[in-house]
Amino acid sequence: MRAYLEGVGLLGPGLQGWDASCPVLAGELPFRPAEAIIAASELLPAAERRRAPIPVKLALAVGQEALRNAGRDASATPTVFTSSSGEGETLHQMCETLASAEREVSPTRFHNSVHNAAAGYWSIATRCREASTSLCAYDASFGAGLIEAVAQIVAGAKAVALIAYDQPYPEPLHSARPIAGCFGVAFVLTSETTSRAAAVLEVEFLTVEERPTRMAEARLEAMRRGIPAARSLPLLATLARKAAESIALEFLDGTSVRVTVRPC
Amino acid sequence: MSRRTQSLAISRFTIVNSLGVGSEAVARALCEKRSGLVSRNFETAGVDTCIGPVDGVEDFRIRQDLRDYDCRNNRLAQLCMDQNGFAAGVAAARESYGAGRIGLFLGTSTAGLHSTELAYRSRDPRTGALPADYRYAETQNTYSIGAFARRYLGLSGPGFVVSSACSSTAKVFGNAARMIAAGACDAAVVGGADTLCLMTLYGFQSLGLTSRYPCRPFDAERDGISIGEGAGFALLEKTDRAAPGALQLLGVGESSDAYHMSTPHPEGLGARMAMQRALASAGLEPRDIDYINLHGTATKSNDASEDRAVFDLFGPETPCSSTKGATGHLLGAAGITEAIISLLAIEQGMMPGGANTRRIDPALKSRYLLENKQQKISRVLSNSFGFGGSNCSLVLGVAP
Repeated sequence: MRAYLEGVGLLGPGLQGWDASCPVLAGELPFRPAEAIIAASELLPAAERRRAPIPVKLALAVGQEALRNAGRDASATPTVFTSSSGEGETLHQMCETLASAEREVSPTRFHNSVHNAAAGYWSIATRCREASTSLCAYDASFGAGLIEAVAQIVAGAKAVALIAYDQPYPEPLHSARPIAGCFGVAFVLTSETTSRAAAVLEVEFLTVEERPTRMAEARLEAMRRGIPAARSLPLLATLARKAAESIALEFLDGTSVRVTVRPC
Repeated sequence: MSRRTQSLAISRFTIVNSLGVGSEAVARALCEKRSGLVSRNFETAGVDTCIGPVDGVEDFRIRQDLRDYDCRNNRLAQLCMDQNGFAAGVAAARESYGAGRIGLFLGTSTAGLHSTELAYRSRDPRTGALPADYRYAETQNTYSIGAFARRYLGLSGPGFVVSSACSSTAKVFGNAARMIAAGACDAAVVGGADTLCLMTLYGFQSLGLTSRYPCRPFDAERDGISIGEGAGFALLEKTDRAAPGALQLLGVGESSDAYHMSTPHPEGLGARMAMQRALASAGLEPRDIDYINLHGTATKSNDASEDRAVFDLFGPETPCSSTKGATGHLLGAAGITEAIISLLAIEQGMMPGGANTRRIDPALKSRYLLENKQQKISRVLSNSFGFGGSNCSLVLGVAP
């Protein structure tokens, strides 16, 4: 399955935006760990900006960056959201409330608890009425989003924005499911090459479990293993190096996703 | 997907909800115009509402080798896969296609969330830790039902779980159609499950959207939803030429409201767009649709907005109804449930009249059926709309 890559958005520990992160991912500058700074999107109406939970802000920030880099109109671009943890903090707050005697649930918190909260806020913020989906495949969530986005291109979509994100759970869920930090990544994929195309991706689903491509830098490799959305890091590193390479991404048990990248 | 969908054969399906276990039981209940809604509380819930529970889930045993996945949602999924020869049918498909050539695209809204609700009541008083036997990946994670079904059915093709609230298990038909069209698999299992839990009961109550009575879609006195639980699965296969009488997925249409997180667009713009896209992807016109299975949740705003969209597109003639008066709102499982009810309608030549509804709201203009209607049905449109403004319409039919 083939698609062209037009724009990237990135926000993670020590990775503040795609342009700033490229030299780090390419190995030209040292990686400096720092917490990701996640600002609320100015696209959101004031009330929504206040109510939006962190994963929503994260998804909106990287999605907006990718579309800006691609020079595409967000209102006309279908979206694929994917996340392993979804709305973790909201889930925790809801479960605490439901375990209390009063069980006084906040209606805003309830509608923020759905796995597609980010997709809902995104469509409101960008006035996008195009199709949108919200996926999960546990540790394989990035791979799931990538094959779905590319399948949409192959099935006839002109452009698709893929937005993957994860936020750590607060305790006590964190101990049951540790996620090592906030990480968001977005790609704008298209069916045809344009002047903005940075690379062509051949994405293949394999029924063999290939050893996933790793990061050379130890802390980036720890991030790759520690955050499901950061399973995208080897692909980001290949793009940052502007290299023609084939890499293996982790997918479901007994399978993998192979991505062959050629710079345009 | 605006491009024509290549129609796919629906070779097997199975369904479980408060109307019954297996498609025969559900079909019979619809023929008898029964409702599965009861005035009862789920677990320790104190919400003044009706629910559509599946009885006996408490005592159901998950397959021994998969006991780590034990939770209400996966129990319901297994109970459902065991009906109508579904698991056996998938095993036969696995033999002919190969396990790696069958995709698995499931949906859920809350997965096994009730397990987490129970775990939060049993936290260690000193450390706050969850109980040692709490299993996050196998019960709470949105993908848990996908991981469970993948092992239960022995599949190794591409797969994931869609969680877009109440449109989830309608949208999975689109995922399967695209993956098959893109050559990533030859067949796919679609469907999913959603189970009763405290979060949805208290959550919908907090929004003022639960009714005290069994829900009454399109009724002048409708005042909210009844939450139900259930599961459904279907096996989709690529075919060169469908045999006469074969059930088919003809089209899928998806859109977003871009309006509000929990209220539909008042003029039904997103709903209308989803229906138009489903028709376009099937290569059909509104007049080609014999019956519409509405989303019809029985809230004031949802029914008004859907009616507007349906009337604008189909006019006053096309018969339509919501089966949520019978099943309740199955949230993440509503899409697959109503897709299968649509297939049963085609098989039986019977459009189900809306249960519980007594007097149709005079402000609503579509042709809402109060009684069952016997008639040959070739094509059905099924609507599923969810929080976040996520809309999906399916066109299902029978090969001539």
